[in-house]
Amino acid sequence: MSDTILRRVRPEQFRELILVVVTLGLLAFFATQIPGYFDPRSVNRLTVGLAIPLVVAVGQVLVVLTRNIDLSVSSIVGMVAYVVGTLLTRSEALSAPLAVLLSILLGAALGAVNGLIVAYGRVPAVIATLGTLALYRVVLVEFSGARTVTTADLPDWLNDVPSATLLAVGGYDLRLVVGVALLTVILGQFALRSLPFGRRLYAIGSNPAAARTAGLPVERDVFTAFALSGALSGLAGFLFLVRFGNITVTAAQGLELQVVAAVVVGGVNIFGGSGSMIGALMGVLLIEILQQSLLRWAGISEFARDAILGLLILLAVTADAVILGRLREAWVRVRRRDQERAQAATAGVGGATHGA
Amino acid sequence: MGRELWRRLRSWEGLLAILLLVVLAFNVTRVPNFLTVTNQINLFQLGIEKAIVVLVMAFVIISGEIDLSVASMMGLSAAVVAALFELGVPVPLAILVALGVGAGFGLINGFFVARVGLSSLAVTLAGYVGFRGLARLLVQDRSVGGFPAWFTDLGQRGLIGPVTLSILLFAILAVVAAVALHASGFGRLAYEVGNSAPAARFSGVPVARVKIAIFTLSGLVSALAGVLMAARLGAVRASTAEGFELDIITVVLLGGVSIFGGVGTMLGVLLSTYLVLNLRNGLVIAGVTGNTQTGIIGLLLILSVLAPNLWERGRAGLRRRRPEPSLRAPPVAPAGSMPSRAATE
Repeated sequence: MSDTILRRVRPEQFRELILVVVTLGLLAFFATQIPGYFDPRSVNRLTVGLAIPLVVAVGQVLVVLTRNIDLSVSSIVGMVAYVVGTLLTRSEALSAPLAVLLSILLGAALGAVNGLIVAYGRVPAVIATLGTLALYRVVLVEFSGARTVTTADLPDWLNDVPSATLLAVGGYDLRLVVGVALLTVILGQFALRSLPFGRRLYAIGSNPAAARTAGLPVERDVFTAFALSGALSGLAGFLFLVRFGNITVTAAQGLELQVVAAVVVGGVNIFGGSGSMIGALMGVLLIEILQQSLLRWAGISEFARDAILGLLILLAVTADAVILGRLREAWVRVRRRDQERAQAATAGVGGATHGA
Repeated sequence: MGRELWRRLRSWEGLLAILLLVVLAFNVTRVPNFLTVTNQINLFQLGIEKAIVVLVMAFVIISGEIDLSVASMMGLSAAVVAALFELGVPVPLAILVALGVGAGFGLINGFFVARVGLSSLAVTLAGYVGFRGLARLLVQDRSVGGFPAWFTDLGQRGLIGPVTLSILLFAILAVVAAVALHASGFGRLAYEVGNSAPAARFSGVPVARVKIAIFTLSGLVSALAGVLMAARLGAVRASTAEGFELDIITVVLLGGVSIFGGVGTMLGVLLSTYLVLNLRNGLVIAGVTGNTQTGIIGLLLILSVLAPNLWERGRAGLRRRRPEPSLRAPPVAPAGSMPSRAATE
C-alpha cells in the first residue's frame, strides 16, 4: 500500500501535506481553547495579517532557492512605506496606481543594489544583506529626521483600502490586500513551476558551479531574484502603509526574521534548490496562526508567546527533516527494488532466448 | 625585508591594521588624552560583552556554522539571574544556574545541528525567538534591579587597578581562544570541519562532537556575557542585549573570517573588535548617533568583502585585455605591481 503511494508521489510533495495537517491540527486545538475562534471578525483579522509577510515571503523564496538569503527586506518595507507615505501626504496628485507603481519600483531599485553586490560583487548574501539591512534603515532615519507619517494626513482613498473587499460570504471577507497577496503566491508558484527562469533558480541553488558550467546565466538570475524580492518588499511596503497608516522610522523592524522563519518552516531548503511557494504560504499561515492565537489564548501568559513560537519553529524544522529523510530513504528503496525487478525480468528473458 | 613587509600588509590583518591606525589617528587628534588608560578602559567597557561573545562566535563561524541565538541567550541569562535573585536565591548560585542554562541550551543547539543534521541558521533562529521568549516569561515587562553592591561593583569598578572583571575576563579568554584556535588540536579540528565537513568525517574527525562542543561553548560564553552585562548595567529587562547578534557577527566577518567556514584568524578578529570600538568612539566624537553608526559599520562590512573582490576583478580584466603572456617572453611583474605570494615565498 505505502509502496504504491511512494511510486506515485515524490517525498517533497508530502511536505506540504504534513504542513496542512499540522495547521489543521493547530486550528482544531485553538478552536477548543478560544471562544469564538472561527468568528468572521477573528478570521478576517487573521487573513489580513497574512498579507504583508506573505508578499515578502514570495520574494524570499526566489532568493533562498538560489542558495542566497535576503535579510534586508524589513528595511525595504519600512523605507517604501515611509517614503511613499510622505509623498502621499505632500501631493494630492499622486494617484493610487502611481503610488503602487512607485512602491514597487523603489523596492526593486533597493533590491537591485543587493543583487549587484551579491551577484556581480561576489559578496556572500548574508554579509551583503546584513549590511544593507542596517544601511537602508539608517538612510531612512537620517533623511526623515525621525518624523512620523500619520493616518490623518493621508488621502481618504488610502484609508479605505484595508476594508475594501473582493468577496464576502456570510461575514467572511476576502479583502483586497489578501487577494493581492494570494495573487503574488499564485504567480510565484506559476513562475517556479512553468517558466524557464523559475526552473533555472532550482538548478542554480542545487549546484551553482554545475549551473554555471551548463551555461546558465547564474549572475543575471541571482540579480533578478534579488531585484524581484526588493520589488515584492516594495509592494509589501505599500500594503504596510495601507494597513497601519501611522508610519515611524522603525516600521516593519524584525519582519525579516519572521519571514525567514516562515520560509524555513514552509520547507524551503535554506541551502537552496528545493521548496515551493505553497510551502511558504503554509509557513506564513502557520506562524501567523500561532502568533495571533497565542495572544488570545487565556490558557497561557502573553509573555510565553515567543518561547512557544521558538519551540514550534524548532519542532517544525526537525519534524520536516526527520520525516522527509525517512520518506526519501523509503522512496529510494522502492525505486531501486523496482529497477532491480525490471532488470531481473529482462535478464530472465535474455537468458531464455540464449538457452534456446 | 621591504617585500616581506608588503606581503604582510596586503593580508587581511594588514588592511585592518591600517584602517585601525587611520581611525586611531583621527580619535587621537580630536580628543585630548585619548590614549590614556582610563579612556581606553571606558572604550572597552562600553562594548565588552559583545567583545567576549565575538571570541566564541569566531569558532562557530570558522567551523562553518552560525549562531543567531547569542544575544537572546545573553538576555536569558541576565533574566535568570534577575528572576532567581527576586526569589531570594543568593546571587552566586543564580549566576551558576544562568551559566548552566547557557551551556545546556548551547548543547541543545549543537545537538540539533550536529546530530539531527538541521541547518544552524534554522536551529538558532528558533533559539533567537525562543530564548528571548523565556527571558520575557521570567522578568515580563519589569526592570529588575537592586542587586547586592558587590555584584554591581564587579561590573562597574576596577578589579586590578582600573581594569574591570569583564575586561580581565576578555583578555584571558582572548588568549585562550587564540591558543585554542591556532596552537591546539581542537583549533585544527574546527578549521577542518569548517573547510569540508564530509572530508573531515572521512579523515576520522569526530565532526558532530566538535560542533556540539563549539555550540555548547557559544551558549556558555554568551550566558557569561549576559551575567556581566547585568552586573555592569545594574538592571535587567527582557530586552537586555536585543539586537547584539548583528554587531557580533559583523565584527567576526570584518575580522576576515569567511561566512563559509574554514578561514580566519584570531588576530584579525581582535583587530576588528578594537577597530569597531574605536570607530564607534570616533563617530560619537564626530557627532554621529548610534543608529547611524550601525549603518556605517554595515557599509564597512559590505565594502570589506566587495573591495578586494572588485580589485581582483579589475586586475583579472586588465590581464585579459593584454595579449596572452604565455605566448611571449616569460611573465615579468609590471613595474609598480605588487609581488604575488608565490614570488616572495
